[in-house]
Amino acid sequence: MVAQGTLAYGPTIRIERTREEVRALLGGRWTADQAAMVETLAADLAVEADRPRMILDLAGVTRLDTLGAWVLDRTRHDLGAKGLGADFVNPSPEQRILLEEVAYRGFQPPAEKRSSRLMDFFVDVGQSMAGAWRDLVFGVAFLGEVVSAFLRVMARPKRFRGTSLVNQLEQVAFRGVPIIVLISFLVGCIVAQQGIFQLQRFGAVALVVDLTSILVMRELGVLLTSIMVAGRSGSAFTAEIGSMKMREEIDALKVMGLDPMEVLIVPRILALVIGLPLLTFLAGMAALMGSAITAWLYGGVSIEVFLARLQSVAAINTFLVGLIKAPFMALVIGIIACIEGFRVAGSAESLGCHVTSSVVKAIFMVIVLDGLFAIFFAVIRF
Amino acid sequence: MLDRTTQPPDKDREAAIRVRDLEVGFGERTIMKGLSLDVYRGEILGFVGASGQGKSVLTRAILGLVPKRAGTIEVFGEDLDQLSAPSRRSIERRWGVLFQQGALFSALTVKQNVQVPMREYLGLSDRLLDELAMLKIEMVGLKPDAADNLPSELSGGMIKRAALARALALDPEILFLDEPTSGLDPIGAGDFDDLIATLQRTLGLTVFMVTHDLDSLYTVCDRIAALGEGRVLAAGTIEAMLASDHPWLRSYFHGKRARAAMAGEA
Repeated sequence: MVAQGTLAYGPTIRIERTREEVRALLGGRWTADQAAMVETLAADLAVEADRPRMILDLAGVTRLDTLGAWVLDRTRHDLGAKGLGADFVNPSPEQRILLEEVAYRGFQPPAEKRSSRLMDFFVDVGQSMAGAWRDLVFGVAFLGEVVSAFLRVMARPKRFRGTSLVNQLEQVAFRGVPIIVLISFLVGCIVAQQGIFQLQRFGAVALVVDLTSILVMRELGVLLTSIMVAGRSGSAFTAEIGSMKMREEIDALKVMGLDPMEVLIVPRILALVIGLPLLTFLAGMAALMGSAITAWLYGGVSIEVFLARLQSVAAINTFLVGLIKAPFMALVIGIIACIEGFRVAGSAESLGCHVTSSVVKAIFMVIVLDGLFAIFFAVIRF
Repeated sequence: MLDRTTQPPDKDREAAIRVRDLEVGFGERTIMKGLSLDVYRGEILGFVGASGQGKSVLTRAILGLVPKRAGTIEVFGEDLDQLSAPSRRSIERRWGVLFQQGALFSALTVKQNVQVPMREYLGLSDRLLDELAMLKIEMVGLKPDAADNLPSELSGGMIKRAALARALALDPEILFLDEPTSGLDPIGAGDFDDLIATLQRTLGLTVFMVTHDLDSLYTVCDRIAALGEGRVLAAGTIEAMLASDHPWLRSYFHGKRARAAMAGEA
């Protein structure tokens, strides 16, 4: 409901007709807070204009702002276009200036882009294919840049940013320990529990040790850790680098003669490459502990039996397979995160977009890479 | 320029903003204490003060973006603390703010930025929305083809103008400007001053302008208030400021740059 006070101030029109002209006596507030009313009344004015001349009398208008002035002048202009003369009379000096300031002119609406849905579909498909290829090429090029920056730093160890590396290690690895250990522990429990339920039917509960230890050490430990790190640290890298780019901080580094590669990227990727294997090791241990406890609770496999069987089935190579993969996963996550960070453009929306695509691409690539490793290790029978 | 001699004496004028005994601080630090200030309807008040004295904090306190510890703030005669949420919103519709960095929504084009408050508050047809947005964009001196640019594609001066267009979207009665001419070239700054003076004259705007631009202070401001030591050191016309013997005001208004601005004005 409109409060009475505002209603009393609203825009009004009174029409008086003579033989030649229509005189519209305007009153009240023709302002933005009455916008909808102003627009309706102005449309009415155009309908009322049934004489060759129209006089718009502003004497009663208590307040006029740009919205009111624009709508009135537009009405006057539209009437003129229909061959009817319309004029303002009795504007106050301020209203006259305002009417001159906002004098009506048509704004060309921007031309609608013509497109068909089928065409759009093909364009989309083509663009994403080209985009995927470009990502790959760019990724390899970026890897090259990172390696060369790394070698440059190694050649002159004084330039190496130890503090930054330690800080990143803390963020990436140390602070990630609790959540990654917890998740791995729980997944270890779940896998062991399901294994026990299935193996019980064959009376082979003890085989749960083979199942969980091989699964966890070869695949699950490193996969879970990589996915968590992609979500935790990959997104953080993209957001940090992206917002630094938005605020021209990266340009500031460049003009000071500092290489953003050395200052920002090398410590981050190095921290990932060091941190991810460490986290993978912890994740593996936690998952084994989870499955040992579950095997004991559900399957009645005592801890001693579990450990003895573990020693006989899981050779050192089982353990190494998972660990060897970790640095490669780290490299993929780090490179994708940094590339996406550098691609952030000016807007907040673009930052959000690139953080999302950093995490999604990193997780996808981690799984693809894991698949490739599985084939590779199967072929070399490791 | 306005004829300053015809203005009624201060105590008879209606205050658009009335701040009394304001105290604002963060943690241990008190930024301002016992600050009182009136901004009269229809005037352009220039607000000066050394950097870090809390000019922006006062602006933000009036806008309700910074909590205050004590004191009252009245806008259009209504105490902001006593208002219900709907009446507070109706007050907010009546002011427009130009933030120092523009604060344009980075995901929207200039035109969409200007239309945000209109869409929210005015039930207008799409045609009128477009026309009004383009009108505001032209009024602030931007080219029509800038309307479809994103803020990241604009220069600093254009961002200021676009942000002013958005501040003017609802035809506000009070306009808060936080350093509107900083970062503009002198010609652009002069145009900006003229624009604000024109708007104030035609729309009867009340303008609260935080500025360090001495030219703006000389040419468009009706009154000047100086902030220092957590309170308003002095408020009055430029003549009153020049006559003041407070050491900071003396060095501000009689410094080398001030003399240059004054010479330009004369």
